[in-house]
Amino acid sequence: MRALGTIAVILTGALLLYASGDFPAWGEPYSPANDSRVSRHYILKSFEETSVPNMVTAVLADYRSYDTLFETVVIFTAGIAIISILRGPVDKRVRLRRASEKSLRQSNLILAQTCRLLVPVIQMFALYVIAHGHHSPGGGFQGGVIFGASLILVALSFQLQTALDRISEKRAMILAGIGVLIYSGIGLTCVLLGSNFLDYSVLSKVLPLSAIEARSYGILGVETGVAFTVTAIMFAIYANLSSHGRMKGGL
Amino acid sequence: MIWQFNLIILGFLIMAAIMSLKVTDLLSASMIFGIYSFLMCLLWAAMGAVDVAFTEAAVGAGASTVFLVATVYSTKRKSSD
Repeated sequence: MRALGTIAVILTGALLLYASGDFPAWGEPYSPANDSRVSRHYILKSFEETSVPNMVTAVLADYRSYDTLFETVVIFTAGIAIISILRGPVDKRVRLRRASEKSLRQSNLILAQTCRLLVPVIQMFALYVIAHGHHSPGGGFQGGVIFGASLILVALSFQLQTALDRISEKRAMILAGIGVLIYSGIGLTCVLLGSNFLDYSVLSKVLPLSAIEARSYGILGVETGVAFTVTAIMFAIYANLSSHGRMKGGL
Repeated sequence: MIWQFNLIILGFLIMAAIMSLKVTDLLSASMIFGIYSFLMCLLWAAMGAVDVAFTEAAVGAGASTVFLVATVYSTKRKSSD
């Protein structure tokens, strides 16, 4: 059985290697991916139509906004699934606030000070990544993960409770819901203003912006929603995984 | 990007992939998986897909490694096969 598996793997690998010879050259402008009508439209028109220099962000959050909306919903659902599987009864015997303050004082001095110095910088960088996604690589997903990582760093350096005092599990789940609501709410606003779902250009009717600027700010709005959801879900997943769903102790 | 450099990264990538399967200590496997993600991120950046590289660095090398380590702590450290 093992030999059979090895043969299958080697055969498939050889086939894939053989097929990779037919790939277009790297950066080939006439490859099917670059030369189709749709790609040409994105490459030539995305800056004119959305005033977003980073084409990836324009495609991700404007042209293919449906896709990103449901990616956000997938993350939300994944978080809820993990919590509904792992979440157990909370141990309420320890006074929460006091335990947390104690752990702050008890933890290693170098660890505590490094964490104090790093966390604000990481969070500032996360906000920068979210807001600067129009111009440079980044956006809601990456920024959200980085922001969530700063919360995880607090939980790792001190105790899980220290991070939970800053943002409780309930608050995290509300934040995650708010993120999805912001995204779909912007889409619904577009419908109410008499256009298609997630067609941000119609937002210029209510905001003092031109139609093109409205698309740019619409992208910023939905990226903020994505960032809310991703941040909250990352932290909620970590809190549940590290404490067996008990919300106490942690790694 | 210099192709020799890419080739070295690709070699390390394949090594990391095989090692993360072969190692029986699950904590080491998670660590090697983080290395795999980081090398993958370098390759994405070398190919000019900076957005994908950024996501790989944040999600693959950062968050998912932490999740894997947290999960290993809740289970047995040694794999049986």
